[in-house]
Amino acid sequence: MTTDDERWLDEHAGPVVRPYVMTSGRAQPVRGKFDLISVVVATGPVPIAEIGMGPEHLAIVRLCQEPLSVAEIAGYLDLPTGTVRVLLGDLLDKGFVMMQEPEPEIDMRDLRMYEAVLDGLRAL
Amino acid sequence: MDYGRSRKLPTAIKIVIAGGFGAGKTTLVGAVSETKPLRTEEILTDQGLGVDDVSGVEAKRTTTVAMDFGRITIKDEFVLYLFGTPGQERFWFMWDEVAIGSLGAVVLADTRRLADCFPSVDYFERHGIPFVVGVNCFEGATQYALDEVQLALNLGPNVPVTLCDARDRDSCKAVLITLVQHAMKIRAVTADTLVESRTS
Repeated sequence: MTTDDERWLDEHAGPVVRPYVMTSGRAQPVRGKFDLISVVVATGPVPIAEIGMGPEHLAIVRLCQEPLSVAEIAGYLDLPTGTVRVLLGDLLDKGFVMMQEPEPEIDMRDLRMYEAVLDGLRAL
Repeated sequence: MDYGRSRKLPTAIKIVIAGGFGAGKTTLVGAVSETKPLRTEEILTDQGLGVDDVSGVEAKRTTTVAMDFGRITIKDEFVLYLFGTPGQERFWFMWDEVAIGSLGAVVLADTRRLADCFPSVDYFERHGIPFVVGVNCFEGATQYALDEVQLALNLGPNVPVTLCDARDRDSCKAVLITLVQHAMKIRAVTADTLVESRTS
């Protein structure tokens, strides 16, 4: 209802919902560390919206019907990884997703892993 | 449909693709990735995230650091993620996030600007992360012998240096295979000392 010519429209106005709104201002997840390559998968179908679950929470559960890394979730949803980590913490806490942390560095001794990766690369 | 608990999740493995600006990192990732390369963004503030901190707003600066990455699925059991490091080398902590715990790194070198990959080489040497150097064959660049590159970068004799074309899938595959073989050799030798240094 304004006649101001200098209105910011669409993408010029920045994202409609700022990342910190999606996380209610939280910078750290309530649970979990969430490495960039932690693999996340939903434990069930997309739940009906409930209190404390925003559209981004539901979008993550929808995406994670197949296992995806934290980096991929952030990439597909076009959200900063810090925001995705907080949302994932909520989902983990409520049991909507499960997660697998990457192998610790020590397990880089596992020769079987190298063999499997080499075979996989050769087969590309 | 079977969900979460009944299935085994694949193990994720990271490989770092480093090198100077314009060395072909994103091109390489795109050439071998099974999906269109994705981009992750990290927003940096004093708080680590875009938190509204009313006090001192005037001093708050945000920076976005982006990384492109791709994936290669290895038989449902492993997923290989290739992360191109952020172009600006000053974001070392972002390097830590992708490099620490990685299988190893490919340092892409452009012989016209060889000095651009010094910081990468230095970083991986310092952190004991296995790496290979891929000399990206740009058109119009003088071709150097691989041992000349090895010498110019002051690399140890065991660091593999190979020619590659970051646009070519098979060429990139060959570089990655060289890296995995090299890492396997190194880890087998240093495994015991690694365990000791981690636990101390």
